[in-house]
Amino acid sequence: METSKIEGRYDRNFNTLSLEEQTKLSGSNVTVIGLGGLGGGVCEMLARVGVGHLTLIDGDTFEASNLNRQLLCEEHLIGVFKAQAAKDRINAINSEVIVNSLKEYLDESNLYERIKNADLVVDCLDAIDTRFMLQKAAQKASIPIVSGAIAGVTGQVTTILPGDKGYELIYGKKGGKQSKGVETKTGNMAYCALFVAAIQSSEVLKILLDRGDILQNKLLIAELWTNTFDIIDLI
Amino acid sequence: MITIDLKLFVTLSRYLPKDSDCLEISKGTTVEKLILDFGIPLELVKLIFINGKKKDPGYQLKHNDRVGLFPPVGGG
Repeated sequence: METSKIEGRYDRNFNTLSLEEQTKLSGSNVTVIGLGGLGGGVCEMLARVGVGHLTLIDGDTFEASNLNRQLLCEEHLIGVFKAQAAKDRINAINSEVIVNSLKEYLDESNLYERIKNADLVVDCLDAIDTRFMLQKAAQKASIPIVSGAIAGVTGQVTTILPGDKGYELIYGKKGGKQSKGVETKTGNMAYCALFVAAIQSSEVLKILLDRGDILQNKLLIAELWTNTFDIIDLI
Repeated sequence: MITIDLKLFVTLSRYLPKDSDCLEISKGTTVEKLILDFGIPLELVKLIFINGKKKDPGYQLKHNDRVGLFPPVGGG
């Protein structure tokens, strides 16, 4: 059985993945919210590995300050919608992926509708309060969230399943009232963004394939100045 | 006195004392007291972890504890 119209496309996925797993990925539907430093890396990796359906959402357009880290951002794309650039990029690297790109910001009024048909949602947002809104919508839709966040050369990843306390364990009960974290003081480095995006992509695959260990109720923290890597038990 | 290994992340690192990996503190010190003693604004500490497990500010530190203090990180 061939898994792609381009012979050999997925050859190097085998036998890390089985044919059955590759086929399962082709039928999977993942929504990525936020197409900046994290989201650009995540959607590229998911498309290359063969996730068949991607919904890519961001209402923002590129600006020059995105060039230091965002894979989707190119000089000639300044002012262009990130969702459009993401769709074009995915079409260029894997035209068999069905991409639904939405140029819109999400809030409590539209989040549930946008994510309810996904197998899981990847949180690549840049605002803490929106993450809490996303969790509420994902809980209602009974789908997992794979969440990443970065500041400078420090990154974190966690996986939130329906019924979990999720972000409250990381940001506190009142955390949903604040928008930004310490990244406003540190900026964000490309290699940290892509490191976190890689861990998020790995979590997505493990959930879709029901395989390996996931970061449920755990927080992976990476600090790259000191090569500190911790997995914290949140409960 | 007891010794702990203290690690402060991101913007909290500016408060890191010397010899933080072998820091001497009084027996019975809570994490909250440790935070205040080093002049760290309490509201900047969102996550406290001791030996890889999340703890509350009232946790009483023990000899050889590995202590991590983490601020809110939200960038994407």
